[in-house]
Amino acid sequence: MRPIPMLERMSALPVTAVAQPEPLVTVRDLKVQIGTDDGLVRAVDGVTFDVPRGRTLCLVGESGSGKSITGRALMNLLPPSGRIAAGRITYTDRAGEAIDIGALDPRGRQIRGLRGKDISLISQEPMAALSPVHTIGQQLVPVIRRHLGLSRREAEARAVEMLGRVGIPKPAERLGNYPFEFSGGMRQRVCIALALSCQPRLLIADEPTTALDVTTQANIIDLLQELQREYGLSILFITHDLGVVAEIADDVAVMYLGRIVERGTVDEIFADPRHPYTQALLKSVPRLGAGRHTRLAAIRGMVPSPFDRPAGCDFRPRCDLAIKGLCEIEDPGTITLGPRRDVRCVLQRTPSTDSVVTERSTSHA
Amino acid sequence: MLRYVLRRLVYTFATLAAVSVVAFLVIQLPPGDFLTSFSAKFAEQGGALDSDALTALKLRYGLDQPWYVQYWLWISGILFRGDFGESFEWNKPVSELMWDRFGMTVLLSGITLIVTWIVALPIGIYSAVRRYSWLDYVVTFLGFLGLAVPSFLLALALMYVFSRYFGMSVSGLFSPAYVNAEWSLAKVGDLAMHLWLPVFVLATHGTAALIRVMRANLIDELYKPYVQTARANGLGEMELLFKYPVRVALNPFISTIGWVLPNLVSGAIVTSVVMSLPTAGPLLLSALLAQDMYLAGSFILMLSALTVIGTLISDLLLAWLDPRVRYA
Repeated sequence: MRPIPMLERMSALPVTAVAQPEPLVTVRDLKVQIGTDDGLVRAVDGVTFDVPRGRTLCLVGESGSGKSITGRALMNLLPPSGRIAAGRITYTDRAGEAIDIGALDPRGRQIRGLRGKDISLISQEPMAALSPVHTIGQQLVPVIRRHLGLSRREAEARAVEMLGRVGIPKPAERLGNYPFEFSGGMRQRVCIALALSCQPRLLIADEPTTALDVTTQANIIDLLQELQREYGLSILFITHDLGVVAEIADDVAVMYLGRIVERGTVDEIFADPRHPYTQALLKSVPRLGAGRHTRLAAIRGMVPSPFDRPAGCDFRPRCDLAIKGLCEIEDPGTITLGPRRDVRCVLQRTPSTDSVVTERSTSHA
Repeated sequence: MLRYVLRRLVYTFATLAAVSVVAFLVIQLPPGDFLTSFSAKFAEQGGALDSDALTALKLRYGLDQPWYVQYWLWISGILFRGDFGESFEWNKPVSELMWDRFGMTVLLSGITLIVTWIVALPIGIYSAVRRYSWLDYVVTFLGFLGLAVPSFLLALALMYVFSRYFGMSVSGLFSPAYVNAEWSLAKVGDLAMHLWLPVFVLATHGTAALIRVMRANLIDELYKPYVQTARANGLGEMELLFKYPVRVALNPFISTIGWVLPNLVSGAIVTSVVMSLPTAGPLLLSALLAQDMYLAGSFILMLSALTVIGTLISDLLLAWLDPRVRYA
């Protein structure tokens, strides 16, 4: 992991409320349930956030925190056993019309018209994300033709242009190559070209750099940022790598056990983390110059099983700051600290901060 | 691709040469030869062959020579003159006996293979996509039944039912009137009337096996990330299914070409005997019993050659279908 500049300069940042344009996607109290052999899992349990236009929101969390499922829900692309149980996902389309993504038939024409055209996905495994028996062109061209209504020749030209744009050398020749003829990093570039070929407005990037080596990671992130500036793209970036977050995020939402425990701008999260979980995550990042005898901090305990959620605060069993007699009983609720800043922790409930406490459901089974 | 094809061709010829030696050795392996069993049969009927007559026969067929000389005589005859030798038992050239039987075998195998594919492909796809639906359970049950019931038993049961209750002629591939008739439209029609039962019996096992294979393969593919990618690009479910996972899961279907022929010939001998089908199996069996060396050897050689060629065809098709095979 690379060093994180914000951690080195922990200054108090002025909280300036900049006027925000209308968000591209708003998610309100989203709940996703997944049926398993052992019962229903509340994979996403009441999540609220906005994806701002032309900016990058990072969803951060450990495996099983529900961040990937949240990302998929935005395309209504859940596994067959999953369903959106509650909440609203509102996408504002090019015509300015609001569409409730969760209410659409997941196999229907309308959502399929949005997938790949308005909202695109790149996934964690560039090695497996392309069909092994079709050439790059065979996979790119039909998508472009479908969404943009181009002729074969025009679509091929567009595919070549996209491949060139993402940094594939000799793109016209490589159109006839199979995925296994590309390296991992090049394959992820092909996936990015595929995802961006129809100029989507939102890119959901589900750990796109996890399977790549560090140098390639940096290249891919630079590329995504470049493309974001060029196309005014909104990115929902899903990762567990705080080094990557520091580099690409404008806003950050930290997820734990299917809920967002803290939300803020990237500077706020790194310089002034309020939730004990966020604080612990940041402490566990290795730092340059920390000396070789310093022990790396780790969060004690394990992520609890979704079937055995702790009462009160979800993080309480692993929290160093837990207050006996309070945290194991009471759900902290969401405490709003600013227009785009909130946290789920009773420690933030002090009357001095002018906070609004929104008590939702108390004590989960 | 060209290099791949050339390499496969070289392997094929090497295999064929090895197979011909093995085929010849196999028919030489049992103790005694045709003359031993011939004279034993003769003695049983009360007669006796004097040793002079035996020696004369031995000389005529080259049976006193070492095996490699015999092999060379046999294989060079096949290669240079298309002469497979004489059948001792039938007193006819082997080629005369063989081609008819082989034609029928290839015809029956081909039709069985096509029926197997046509039935197994859609059922396998359905079973995988609607996994654990009631229809999947029904198909799975029937599939296991088809795998478990021996073909000859199925043949006997069906023959009994159709001749007892429907009064149909169910043995052989032709009605008695047409067996020795010249080929004509009426004979082809007669063949079609007789063909479906053996095809049904012979296809059952392969179909059941292939449904299982297709189902398992497709289930593996259905949840791969590239399917998700296609879905995330707005492809409809049906379109996506046939364009990607089915296409990838198709490989075992092509591989079946290689094994369906030998399976039909060796595995289905009992069935062919039961249904008195004029295929290679029953004749091979009787040739082996009589130690009719050249007939048995030629059959084994031709069957092996067909298997090797079938494998070659399926390999080439696979390479055409799957680029990863081509470049490997």
